[in-house]
Amino acid sequence: MSAHAVALDQPGRRVVLTGNEAAARGAIEAGVSFAACYPGSPTSEVLPTLARLGARFNIYTEYSTNEKVAMEAATAASYAGLRSLTICKADGFNVALDFAAAVCLQGINAGMVIMVGDDPGSHSSVREEDSRLLARTANFPVLEPSTVQEAKDIVKAAFDLSEDLRQPVVVRCTTRICHASGDVTLGDIPMVKKEATFTRSQRFVSSVKFAPGMRDKIKRAAALAGDSPFNYYTGPENAQRLVIASGPSYTYSLEALAMLGLEDTAGVLKISTTWPLPEELIIKYLIPAREVVFAEEVDSFLEDGVMVLAAKNMDRIGQTKFYGKNSGHVAGPGGPFVGELDPDIVAGCLGKVFNTPYHPPAIPNAGEARDIIEHSLPGRELALCAGCPHRASFWAIKTAVELDGREAIVLGDIGCYTLGLYRTGYNLLQTVLCMGSGVGLACGLAKLDRFNFRQPVISVVGDSTFFHAAPQALMNARYNQADILCVILDNETTAMTGHQPHPGRGVSASGEAVGRVEIESLLGGMGIPVTVHDPYDIEGSIEVICSLLRQKGPRALVLRRSCALVAVKGKKKNRVYVDQDRCIGDSCGCARFCSGVFACPANIWDSERGRARIDEAVCNGCGVCATLCPGKAIVVERTV
Amino acid sequence: MFNVIVTGVGGQGNVLASQVLAAAAVEAGCRVSIGETFGASQRGGSVMSHVRISRDRTCGPLIPRGKARLVVGFEPLETLRVLMEYGSEDTVVIVNNRPNYPIGCLLGEDKYPDPQRIIEAVKKLVSTCHVLPATDLAMEAGSPMAANMVLTGALAGAGVLPVDGNYFRDTIEMLFSGEVKEINRRAFESGFKAVQKG
Repeated sequence: MSAHAVALDQPGRRVVLTGNEAAARGAIEAGVSFAACYPGSPTSEVLPTLARLGARFNIYTEYSTNEKVAMEAATAASYAGLRSLTICKADGFNVALDFAAAVCLQGINAGMVIMVGDDPGSHSSVREEDSRLLARTANFPVLEPSTVQEAKDIVKAAFDLSEDLRQPVVVRCTTRICHASGDVTLGDIPMVKKEATFTRSQRFVSSVKFAPGMRDKIKRAAALAGDSPFNYYTGPENAQRLVIASGPSYTYSLEALAMLGLEDTAGVLKISTTWPLPEELIIKYLIPAREVVFAEEVDSFLEDGVMVLAAKNMDRIGQTKFYGKNSGHVAGPGGPFVGELDPDIVAGCLGKVFNTPYHPPAIPNAGEARDIIEHSLPGRELALCAGCPHRASFWAIKTAVELDGREAIVLGDIGCYTLGLYRTGYNLLQTVLCMGSGVGLACGLAKLDRFNFRQPVISVVGDSTFFHAAPQALMNARYNQADILCVILDNETTAMTGHQPHPGRGVSASGEAVGRVEIESLLGGMGIPVTVHDPYDIEGSIEVICSLLRQKGPRALVLRRSCALVAVKGKKKNRVYVDQDRCIGDSCGCARFCSGVFACPANIWDSERGRARIDEAVCNGCGVCATLCPGKAIVVERTV
Repeated sequence: MFNVIVTGVGGQGNVLASQVLAAAAVEAGCRVSIGETFGASQRGGSVMSHVRISRDRTCGPLIPRGKARLVVGFEPLETLRVLMEYGSEDTVVIVNNRPNYPIGCLLGEDKYPDPQRIIEAVKKLVSTCHVLPATDLAMEAGSPMAANMVLTGALAGAGVLPVDGNYFRDTIEMLFSGEVKEINRRAFESGFKAVQKG
């Protein structure tokens, strides 16, 4: 909640921190000097926390253009003898994997930690991915916290482990750690003298000759895991029923056993060192166990590791049955490999395996309550915020595509504008895969004319995503003369992850003014013509898009307008209201355009009066609806 | 163990309300754990914070079904939705009477139930339900966005939690400054009073 609590130099004091803040504090307690990231939920708040405290603890922080560059920069600091941190989400680890798979062979110098946020339940991701598999590919040992306190303690311990091994270490957190909060007991903040050195005699290369040394490091990591204070067992001695859990599933398992009344007969082995595994420790608990259940999220990573271990030690562990994702016993409503776990799901799974059925309590009178409302409870699909410039852009693109009449294909990717897949963005987007992928896909579609594909191709990409992933694809478009229109939805921030700056903003992670990378100049340098327009001018935007659609070759349109949430922050909003005399309700024939068609959440329908209304608690005062209302019934009182 | 669920729609400020509650509880000497999500869920989706307050132990971030002692709803539909899953007849409910319409309802493809009937349904499920015009009270306090502090005030004033109102007041004092602090302070007090009347 506050950088203040993260910075307190009061060892032993208990404060409330989010998992991300706790991780930042752990890095500070480890004496981190350098932190770099490209923001991605659920780990977006780690770097800004460090950036606010950078001056105080002498930490350099940066938003890098993407995760690969961030990992490279952090590695350089480690080479030069400084502890470094890079932070990403699983998808970002993919971007960095090329470098990770190279750096792992020879390893690093000072401690280097990669904090990765996995998102079971895909709360703020398009999919789920298990970064532990990537970490293993890169030969980086993996540690997983189960609580907010451990997010701090494990990040700190990961620096020591990394420095001991001279190998980067991954701290894998899930959303329920990163975005959870809890009270954390603070530790010491060391006073370290920080000096960077990189001499002419040092060399770091990726070569197979380092492979045997790297294998030895992993063996040593496995030996150290056997003594890790973050692996422990809770339950009766010599339990025949054993749950092996990692991450927050550990707390769910304890609570589930208590709900089932099985806490005296079954035990929970919590493993934080999920790769490489502490083999002897696990075997010790497998020997008395007859039934073993795995509780972990996303992939069956811990499960597979323990199964291999069990196969290798069959003679010692004897007859044991294993239940997990692979057997289908550990599964949420979507199946074993989809969605996150929670105490009820774990109780249901353990109840089945341990023959103690779990029935979650149901509230009495639920049926009567449903009868009273006479309807089912409508769902709540994600929607662009009131005043979002992307809504205006999507409306303009949709209208231009209809006017153009050639069935233009519209491709998107990752950001707030991903919501262009849904009703809030008029279901405009036809592909959403990964950062910048819309532009690359557009390049391919645009080259299919010899196979009789002649529809216009539009890719939309946000400004932060543009810097992260679009230039390579746009250079490709120019080089290969792809007829694409790339629309850059420039809301001047990285909105989806919490408004972090990017190279186009002219401000650094620590808030310093820096030179801007101008999208127009960058594209100009590639030889791609650029038009810039304000998406709030919807009529004008439609005309520009229609005209650009008729042109040949790669071309770009920047629709530039600040994110509505940033624009109103700390300012008095414009007052927008519906003139109740001018709005003639359903007799207008506009099909309730403002609320029912344009569908900004601030435009609501007053069913008592049969008139449109503005919800003043939601409206951000952009006034775009006033320019579109066919009855000119919406009034904007400007504050400036 | 006191389990509290703060529920509403992304952008209504419920994350901040749960953080104020957690900070106040820790000041009062309790241990807390909050489970929430932010990110995509901020964009008009249902959001829910699970706040777990205990005298002596740290627990997991998620509340099991049927175990919410208190539900604070920033809007009627989400309140009923959460109650069906996490409530019991003993759950105390504090609910803002102002609806926030899902996009499917604005488009006319889904129907938002009559808000009065939603409140009736909530009352059918639980014995204690405080209905507050939190958005209106917030506007009186200076900003519709302060509805989160009106509801935080109501939560503090309802007398269910082992956390005295002054811990909340100190937390608000510490977290905010300038005009925002003044608005939040007024909003908190109006919620605190309103729940004691209703």
